[in-house]
Amino acid sequence: MAKPKDNGAKKERPVREAAYNSGKPVPVVYGPDAPDAAYREKIGLPGEYPYTRGIYPTMYRGSLWTMRQYAGFSTSADTNARFHFLLGNGQTGLSMAYDLPTQLGLDSDDEAAQDDVGRLGVAVDTAQDMADVFEGIPLDRVSVSHTINSTAAIIQAFWLIAAERQGVALEKLRGTFQNDMLKEYIGRGTWIFPPRPSMRLVADVIEYNAKHCPRVNAISVSATHIAETGATLAQDVAFPILNALAYIRELTGRGLHVDDFVPTMSFHLSVGGGVGPFNLLESIGKLRAARRIWARTMKEKYGAKNPKTMQLKFSTGNCGSRMAAREPLNNIVRQTLYTLAAVLGGTRSVNMACFDEAFEIPSDESIRTALRIQQVIAHESGVADTVDPLAGGYAVEAVTDQVEEEIQAIVDDYESRGGIVPFIESGEIQRLLARQAYEHQRKIAEGEQVWVGVNKFTSEEEDRMSAGEGLYEVDDSVLEKQKERLARVKAARDEGEVAAQLEKLARTCESKENLVPYLMDAARARLTVGEMTGVMRGAFGAYVEPSVV
Amino acid sequence: MESGTKRIRVLMAKPGLDGHDRGVKVIIHALRDAGMEVIYSGLRQTVEQIVSVAIQENVDVIGLSILSGSYMGIARRLMARIREEGLDDCLVILGGNILERDVAQLKSLGIAEVFNHHAEMAEVVSYIRNNAAA
Repeated sequence: MAKPKDNGAKKERPVREAAYNSGKPVPVVYGPDAPDAAYREKIGLPGEYPYTRGIYPTMYRGSLWTMRQYAGFSTSADTNARFHFLLGNGQTGLSMAYDLPTQLGLDSDDEAAQDDVGRLGVAVDTAQDMADVFEGIPLDRVSVSHTINSTAAIIQAFWLIAAERQGVALEKLRGTFQNDMLKEYIGRGTWIFPPRPSMRLVADVIEYNAKHCPRVNAISVSATHIAETGATLAQDVAFPILNALAYIRELTGRGLHVDDFVPTMSFHLSVGGGVGPFNLLESIGKLRAARRIWARTMKEKYGAKNPKTMQLKFSTGNCGSRMAAREPLNNIVRQTLYTLAAVLGGTRSVNMACFDEAFEIPSDESIRTALRIQQVIAHESGVADTVDPLAGGYAVEAVTDQVEEEIQAIVDDYESRGGIVPFIESGEIQRLLARQAYEHQRKIAEGEQVWVGVNKFTSEEEDRMSAGEGLYEVDDSVLEKQKERLARVKAARDEGEVAAQLEKLARTCESKENLVPYLMDAARARLTVGEMTGVMRGAFGAYVEPSVV
Repeated sequence: MESGTKRIRVLMAKPGLDGHDRGVKVIIHALRDAGMEVIYSGLRQTVEQIVSVAIQENVDVIGLSILSGSYMGIARRLMARIREEGLDDCLVILGGNILERDVAQLKSLGIAEVFNHHAEMAEVVSYIRNNAAA
């Protein structure tokens, strides 16, 4: 019989009161009466090594997960307004979407950018745009997640300067930069430079943040994009772990110890993505297994002493690839299941695809509904009252062990062959995932895998969304507005200073020095993302895709 | 693929800045399984690059995959170049998250067919088989 446990949680931080329907109090955590050695070694209590049950003793009784929807579009003024709208609706953190030109280091006045300025995210050309996005949003109080990779070092510099202008000290800043280049070659595609110099940039940010702004996660090693590209459930944890180990070697090669910097590394794990059937219990088991693998790897293989190095901090992304275009309201149920899996697996933050995902970037209605799904689960389901409530269940523990074994086998295989990087460089990983994605699609086409409302239980419902009804409307005047903003910033610059900064940046690229402080100087002098990327491209070269299909 | 007929040559292209390539790769596999010869452009190709590969490789079909929503400008510029180069026999099709309300305009630009989020792989294969001038 499982008993309520006192794991010292209450002494550490105050917990929220919670009661059952009967009025009896809900204990923070349950556990076995007499834990045996196997239980202690593999499962333990929340907040204890190997953190299978979570990295915090009180989890959602201490504080709920961060509810963060991906948002950002058009100009900085429009994104600023949406951020105020989301914060006003009870969202507790911000997740910033950048437009493709910003992600690819193109200024808004670059001809190659013309179709995409402000389209899928906000256009950020200079530190001025960043300051305007956060007008009236205190950066010492709101944490911000930034989906930015190739240009992460530049964009982070803009953000640090925006904080500087608000008078916020760097060590008070909270947030996350995705800054995970290896997965861009595998799946997301916003690469600019070849993998090796990209890894240097990633490592520069990690090294800088660990020293100067430790509460800003310098990387979010991402599983979601790998899953969406066509990974299996085990691969979508194994490949990000392999990527993380490659970055870790880049930094230990600079003479650092894992305890110096791994605490500023975070993960973005996937729920509901990938190929093959979704399974609620298996997805929960995956998140629990991921924590255990990471803890053991850091402690046993890398000699970590700091518990923070061993604690796998992750947010979760509910993937969009299973969001059907047919009968799109059914996607609300799918997202509810994915959110449940994430919460029962102990996520720290949830970001989900919206029910209109297959059509457009979210409308106000769909993004609010996504937030409401999380709020209903947090406040009306009771699952947030007990930490890791499924622990000890026959099925969940067995499936956790099973997924752990599958993930570990993939990690060991690539690690024994020199790590994942050469297999990304050759395109082998990309080809593997493309083949799996095709097999998955074939199974759906042939009805082998059920997709309700799409290949089974279908209706002849009128497709309002394909007609564009109720969707987010693109503002065609964005390009001109943003080009004007950029022209104004450029006109007010000291050109001598701009040239001097470009020159200094070029020299630093050729050296082994950390680029971050130089990028911050350049941001203060109002250099554009395109100018800085141009200098880097000159030094680092451009990536040429291998055969990927 | 029936014997005796020339294999259909297809260029699958990702124009613009969009990096979503799961769909295009799935379609490439499906077309190859159906016996077609498929060339993949890779990500972020300009209209100029796509047209020049189409000429060099003497393809029968250009398939564009765009998931960023910025298809209208790309389609307009690409079709203008196709006409300038006299590639009138080349079948140009477009796939991705394309809104129904834009389909008529895309077709008026010369895009032969549009495959949106509802399309199945088999539809794309049979459309190309029935319409490519190989």
